[in-house]
Amino acid sequence: MEAESSAAGAAAGAASTVVPLEVVYCGVCSLPPEYCEFGATVKKCMDWLEGNHAGLYQTLYSSEALESKMGTMTLEAQQKAEKDLAKKQQKEELRQEREAAKKKSSVVTIKRVERTKRKYVTVVSGIEAFELGYKTVAKEFGKKFACGSSVTKNAAGGEEITVQGDLSDEILEELVEKYGIEEENIRQVEESKKKGGGG
Amino acid sequence: MFKKPVSSSGKTKIKSSVQRNIRQKICEQFPLLEPVIDDVLPKKAQLDLIKAPERMSLYALDNQVLFFQHHNDAIMPHLRIVHKYPQCFPTVQVDRGAIRFILGGAQLMCPGLTSPGAKLPPPEGNLPEGTVVAINAEGKEHACMIGVLKMSTEDIKKLNKGNGVENCHYLGDGLWKMDSE
Repeated sequence: MEAESSAAGAAAGAASTVVPLEVVYCGVCSLPPEYCEFGATVKKCMDWLEGNHAGLYQTLYSSEALESKMGTMTLEAQQKAEKDLAKKQQKEELRQEREAAKKKSSVVTIKRVERTKRKYVTVVSGIEAFELGYKTVAKEFGKKFACGSSVTKNAAGGEEITVQGDLSDEILEELVEKYGIEEENIRQVEESKKKGGGG
Repeated sequence: MFKKPVSSSGKTKIKSSVQRNIRQKICEQFPLLEPVIDDVLPKKAQLDLIKAPERMSLYALDNQVLFFQHHNDAIMPHLRIVHKYPQCFPTVQVDRGAIRFILGGAQLMCPGLTSPGAKLPPPEGNLPEGTVVAINAEGKEHACMIGVLKMSTEDIKKLNKGNGVENCHYLGDGLWKMDSE
């Protein structure tokens, strides 16, 4: 703490030569590593730091560092903080598990809808489960396939991408290749206005 | 302010005259930053304005938010800038117990600023109410929050009760995550 104030004093004295500090940010939780311990992904953060910045890992997580940083907190407050943190971590783990499961079970639907006898639009829905934005993906589709592509609201209140033209196979390929969605998570559906007709 | 992820509605380029104004304002607000303003905000650079909900304006350079401003309030730096130039901003320090609350987005209460692990500027360096401050933490090297003083630092010492600093931007909030993605 003294060092900081003296550093600030020195900097004020030689202000013209202020050099920006390079700060390492954790690759897992994006915070400066010294704050990882307050996040919910401490274990992963530690592993990452050990692999990528071994020196920093030593200074932050060596046993002396762990002891000294307890600092001025009372024992009671410490225990409370630890309890809270453990709870948070558990929650985070659960959340991640749930998300992974959800990702596995969720399906992207590519629907070919007949507009007139020989014209089709392709409707893509369900990509939000894969952390994709409708707006950006719609734009990409428009660019890639050189066609009209927009985000529309469907009857259920959700959003979907409407691409003009029959592009279901191309979109399937694109989703797998560019956005990394497993093929088994994509379903192709055909929908015609007259039952049994079309196709 | 950024507890939720920021949903921006597009960005626009800022006129160079407006940009000059912003630059000047920043210099006025953070006199210590003036020597390095050219590094932070090069004269020729094209700033972008990103509008966020609730009248929040984000000033970005190369897709990285540098400063943000609520309506016409004080301009505040992004934490990344504070990390790079920690000596250029007025700083107060909180004790270790407060860190986890800050990272959860809580307002900063006075006792966290007056306990043994915390540090406030000396009486002669009193910071008035409304000053934008970087919040450092006990035993940590980097700032973890940007806030506005709700009362002067002397008042914090005297009263030692209630809300001392308004939490505007903290590590891991929506604004922080928006940048690191």
